Amino acid sequence: MPIVQLKQVAKTYHLDSVHVPALRDIDLEIRPERFTVISGASGSGKTTLLNLIGCIDRPDSGEIVIAGKAVNTMSDNALSDYRCKHLGFIFQNFNLLPVLNAYENVEYPLILGKVPAAQRKRKVLDLLEAVGLADRAKNRPGQLSGGQRQRVAIARALAPSPELVLADEPTANLDSQTGREIIALMRKMQREYAVSFVFSSHDPQVMAEADDAIVIRDGHITSVQRQGEPLEAAQ
Amino acid sequence: MNAVLLALRNLLRNRRRSLATLLAMTIGLSAVLVFGGYASNVVHGLETAVVKRSGHLEIQRKGYFLDGSDNPTNYGIAHYQRIIDLVKNDPVLRPMLVVVTPTLEFSGIAGNFAAGVSRSVAATGVDVKERNRMFLWNDYDVINYAHPLALAGTPADSVIIGTGVARKLQLCGPLKISHCAQPAGQEAASGGGSGSSAPADILRLSARERASEAPKSATQIDLLAANTRGAPNVINVNVVAADNVGVKEWDDVYLVMHLQEAQRLIHGSGPPEVTAIMLQLQHTSQVPIARARLEKLLKGPLADQPLELQDYDTLNPMYRQSVNFMASIFSFIAVLIGVIVLFTVGNTMSTAVAERTVEIGTLRAIGLRRAGIRRLFMIEGVVLGLAGAVLGVLCALCVAFLINHSGLTWTPPGHVYAYFVQISILQDLPLLFGSAAGLVLVAVVSAWWPATRASSMDIVDALRHA
Repeated sequence: MPIVQLKQVAKTYHLDSVHVPALRDIDLEIRPERFTVISGASGSGKTTLLNLIGCIDRPDSGEIVIAGKAVNTMSDNALSDYRCKHLGFIFQNFNLLPVLNAYENVEYPLILGKVPAAQRKRKVLDLLEAVGLADRAKNRPGQLSGGQRQRVAIARALAPSPELVLADEPTANLDSQTGREIIALMRKMQREYAVSFVFSSHDPQVMAEADDAIVIRDGHITSVQRQGEPLEAAQ
Repeated sequence: MNAVLLALRNLLRNRRRSLATLLAMTIGLSAVLVFGGYASNVVHGLETAVVKRSGHLEIQRKGYFLDGSDNPTNYGIAHYQRIIDLVKNDPVLRPMLVVVTPTLEFSGIAGNFAAGVSRSVAATGVDVKERNRMFLWNDYDVINYAHPLALAGTPADSVIIGTGVARKLQLCGPLKISHCAQPAGQEAASGGGSGSSAPADILRLSARERASEAPKSATQIDLLAANTRGAPNVINVNVVAADNVGVKEWDDVYLVMHLQEAQRLIHGSGPPEVTAIMLQLQHTSQVPIARARLEKLLKGPLADQPLELQDYDTLNPMYRQSVNFMASIFSFIAVLIGVIVLFTVGNTMSTAVAERTVEIGTLRAIGLRRAGIRRLFMIEGVVLGLAGAVLGVLCALCVAFLINHSGLTWTPPGHVYAYFVQISILQDLPLLFGSAAGLVLVAVVSAWWPATRASSMDIVDALRHA
């Protein structure tokens, strides 16, 4: 069963009297436990697609099913709870809470998910160890480098044991060496934790690492390349 | 992560802004508390002065308060000792009572006919011992210079007059009143008794009264009043002291004397009456209970006379006006400062929301509900309010300590004795907790709108915020 299913999903932005269609009748399936990249030029609709899959935006029409659950009809609170337990986010600008240290940043989604304290502690320490920041647990984001911050963000995204992690251009603000390390780390974590990763990126390093690649242009999926399968025709 | 700790850390992100907000709250609350403490002290001082002078409740003949003052004949209370005994022995009232004492008020003319001068007076006959016990009442521990009547232990014909009366009667010299110019020719007038300001019939009446007496001292005056039959009656009294009673209009007519002598003047050999029975209670808070009980007595065993009750509030309109005046100034200051705090905290929280828009989007994306975002900012408002309340109270206590030990005094309206300026903050717990809670409430209200705005943000828009 696909981890993500989009059926005839459309999204239009309304800017004053101007209507800008961002996605048009998207039909898409994303396979589970894969490294999937959504690529496309700036303004092609890849971030909108990622936002819809991440349940932080709602489509104008169509249906979105994440891990077998239709999410576009859920209430705002139900969606919040769903994101908390089933989805992880990695942002281009890391988006760590500056007043919390690395440990507390990773712990925060677990507190939201009401995970017991002892279990929380074990999980956070394991994740920090896994991303190589066990010795930086007490450091606040301001005391960490860009690569270290993104590592904390990866640990935070994986903390609630989500089925799906969404990453919006996770290497865009990193130098190429650090970017390579972060991709390698995400790849490692994806395999280790058996979780699905979906990226929006036009970084060739990320695209080269992808299992599946989705190309989007002007709100349409133009091609889907799945590892071990022939290229799917454009819509 | 504890929500309060998180709020505290967020507030400390911009220390200067948070400190400026805290400072505004601290100064605001301090101002409210210091003025409130001062107002509280003024009100307690006024209440103490009023209760010392006229007690908490008065039993009067019906209509006396509105129509009967100056008319002891028609508005006198007969058999007043029976009423006093009944009140004193009442099982409900007895534990509350401090003093129950009669008083007789009447109008008359005081004349220093040797100097050829006279003036009308508002005289009061009092039980000196009981009235002086009333001066001991100090339920709020107000420090003051109030002194008892100087009639204690004096002969029955002794009186105290206002300094204004003394001036009019040209008694400044004998009574040693300073800053009192004696009119030219006073000596001659005193010696010759040829003053012409008194009516001829009064002079004749006075001469007849004096004829049977020994030679007068320099402080002896004649007091004329209408007796119960409407005829003029004159007694000779000795002025033992002149008191400045603070309000010129009152000081110019003030005269206090022994009750028996006043009754001798008004009632002659007839049955003595009084115009009021004063009740002083241990605490002002007992007035409603005492009043209710007295109402029952007036309708029961005391129903043979048309009596009514008046409380200190009604009897002293200036007290209520002063209390209302202080309350209105306090309300004005409190509202003004409340509005300033409202906008200061609101501005701080709005800026914080604007600065943390991406953070709000991130928190919402990782699963925090809208209510959680609102709670986050509301807690920051509460923490800010609590910190401001604690610092404001501490600051106000320090200011109050300095003022209380500065030796400043003030004189309540209508009084001559000064009171120390005291800022009663700890003694007025409703003021203390009410103002502190008010500040926290204002901070919470201020945070509400920015918090609601934060919680209603669109996640995608918030994440996109630069």
